[in-house]
Amino acid sequence: MTPVLRLAEPVAGARMLGLGSHQPERVVTNDELAQRIDTNDQWIRERVGIRSRRIAADDVSLVDMASDAGARAVKDSGLDPSEIDGVLVATCTMPNFIPNAAAQTAERIGIRAPAAFDLNAACAGFCYGLGMAADMVRGGTARHVLIIGAEKLSDWLDWDDRSTAIIFADGAGAAVIGPAPDAAAVGVGPVAWGSAGEMNQAIRILDGHGSKAGGALHQEGQAVFRWATTQVAPVALRAIELAGLTPADIDVFVPHQANLRIVEAVAKKLRRHGAREDMRVADDIVYSGNTSSASVPLALDHMRADGRVRSGDTVLLVGFGAGLSFAGQVVRFP
Amino acid sequence: MADNTEILAGLAEIVEEVAGIDAAEVSADKSFVDDLDIDSLSMVEIAVQAEDKFGVKIPDDQLAELKTVGDAVDYIAKNQ
Repeated sequence: MTPVLRLAEPVAGARMLGLGSHQPERVVTNDELAQRIDTNDQWIRERVGIRSRRIAADDVSLVDMASDAGARAVKDSGLDPSEIDGVLVATCTMPNFIPNAAAQTAERIGIRAPAAFDLNAACAGFCYGLGMAADMVRGGTARHVLIIGAEKLSDWLDWDDRSTAIIFADGAGAAVIGPAPDAAAVGVGPVAWGSAGEMNQAIRILDGHGSKAGGALHQEGQAVFRWATTQVAPVALRAIELAGLTPADIDVFVPHQANLRIVEAVAKKLRRHGAREDMRVADDIVYSGNTSSASVPLALDHMRADGRVRSGDTVLLVGFGAGLSFAGQVVRFP
Repeated sequence: MADNTEILAGLAEIVEEVAGIDAAEVSADKSFVDDLDIDSLSMVEIAVQAEDKFGVKIPDDQLAELKTVGDAVDYIAKNQ
């Protein structure tokens, strides 16, 4: 008789145990960018909502930022690094593909021999990774997973291209996901995710263009704006529905910080579908820029620091970007 | 099918909602960019709402051709 395979022992669900982030020290204002390219502070504030962004120094790597954010999240969770057995780094801006970011980041934090891998879903990466981390924990294949979104977009920019140089920035954010002891303690809802591969050229890397990494990010601004302002709200609503909630249950909304006008347009749509007027909406892009996969956990950590996210809050996360790809889920804030 | 007067009125409502410009200001001879000071991203939002309201498709390349409110009214009337 063929032997039956045994499966890992599943748990009731997953929850967030800790959060951490890292931002480079250097603040780059709109006025500073306007010295190099034909733009100005008012134009940038009106089009994308950014007042300043953080750009990493030449000698600070993506892994440096990921390690700092990850270590902070582990510390915040109260766990010892030895208790972490999975490390995921969501990124699309590693300087090269080998070695990956996750294994060296784990080593730097002192996490020994975890399952470690990178995933690329661009600006949706953190929410993709959070979905995977929660399913790993729930399925019993990992007990505590560190998910990190980390990007050094400054290496992949053409600093003479005013359509992208004003938008993107550097940073990292991380969360520790662990088991929920019972159904009532489940703190990460099912992920609503997908992709729109027919629009793969809307955001892409163009070879050369004088960037440090040898390629520069390019996006079809209008097409992406149209897609985001029409297609992200349905993903968010789906995530709410999958968690068995209604829009009125959402205390805090943290969408990917792509453009403040996209954030506002999506929030408006959610309110039309019953989200509350007093729902707190992340606007971290104003002082952080668009940090791709790092933007959701960065915004969440900053909102915690200024008291706009509190323990027990029902928080809606949604990421969207190159691929195109999108993912969202509801989280109970620890 | 909406006639041109109805399209103009409907479009003016959308412009007011998206860009905060009094609907009464939105007349056929006005240029979206030069007279109403509407930027390209707001134009996308207006186009998306007009698509829903009038059952037309306004792709980005077509959108760029719609310089005045009257251009948009004519385009919608022709394509609805």
